[in-house]
Amino acid sequence: MRHSWLLLAAVLLAGSTGGSLLAQDAPRLVGPEPFTAEQEAPPMQRQITDDVRVMRNYPDQPPVIPHSIEGYALDLNANKCMSCHARRFTEQSQAPMISVTHYQDRDGNTLGGLAPRRYPCLSCHVPQTTARPLVENMFADMDELTEPERQPGDRGGR
Amino acid sequence: MANTIVRLWRWFRGLPVVRTALKPASTLSLAFLTLGGFAAGVIFWGSFNTALEATNTTEFCISCHEMESNVYQELQGTIHFVNRSGVRAGCPDCHVPHEWTNKIARKMQASKEVWGHIFGSISTREKFLGLRRHLAEREWARMEANDSLECRNCHSAVSMDLAKQNPRAAQAHERFLFTGERTCIDCHKGIAHRLPDMSGVPGWQ
Repeated sequence: MRHSWLLLAAVLLAGSTGGSLLAQDAPRLVGPEPFTAEQEAPPMQRQITDDVRVMRNYPDQPPVIPHSIEGYALDLNANKCMSCHARRFTEQSQAPMISVTHYQDRDGNTLGGLAPRRYPCLSCHVPQTTARPLVENMFADMDELTEPERQPGDRGGR
Repeated sequence: MANTIVRLWRWFRGLPVVRTALKPASTLSLAFLTLGGFAAGVIFWGSFNTALEATNTTEFCISCHEMESNVYQELQGTIHFVNRSGVRAGCPDCHVPHEWTNKIARKMQASKEVWGHIFGSISTREKFLGLRRHLAEREWARMEANDSLECRNCHSAVSMDLAKQNPRAAQAHERFLFTGERTCIDCHKGIAHRLPDMSGVPGWQ
């Protein structure tokens, strides 16, 4: 009986210290203790604005946005993204044109302009920040699985 | 015709107040009149400028609820209100010319805004939203006409360091701004306020 109490105490101690060591950087998902306490917000992360295109993890992944979009209008009245990425503005902006699929409705009919269902760009395309992921990303690229011998190792992507 | 003018002129000269004004002063001294006139001029000009400056502040603009509850609320989230270096642009910095003649001209045009306030042309949110495109177009036209002077009061092309800019921005400025092909407002619309319905505005779709 006495031993089991000691064991329980040891387990609790190890659990609490080990847990706090692991959780030093990552915010706890359960919130503060007690839950009514106010928690300090983590610092805002800087946006990645280097304009370097990021490789897609799979062919139909929506490309991520490599520039700042702070203050860009995207509402019923105006879509700032389209001021550069629309087909007719790509010459002056030198920005990549939105995919041809964005000119099609869901039945595959090609429309004259941006399909309404593709209007809210930020539903799929998002800017990136320098934040460290809370959990390590174990994603393996398709090429790594099919042709592991041809992989140069770290592909340097994000 | 000439006869009428002559007769009107004689009638004007004959008015008692005009006759008194044209007579030499009989009781007031020359020193009183000159120095008093000078002092009165200083007071008049001083109070005129004070009034001009008092009506040229953000506080004065947002003393009307139309400005306070619509455009001022929108300004607050933008980089012209809060930023890393702590410089703030208030309403008159962008909406009133800084140079005297144009400032007075804009002040006269603003009497239309007083009219609008009295008769409530944008007294509710719905009315404001309904007129937003019209209001925005007036400001765009004004800035296109003066080559975005109010932007350039702070942001001048000569003091722009392209190396410090994002390459994307540097390229656009080099190609469109420095060549004079476009002016600031052509691309930078809606930077301090929400945009109206932009359908049909060049550069938007």
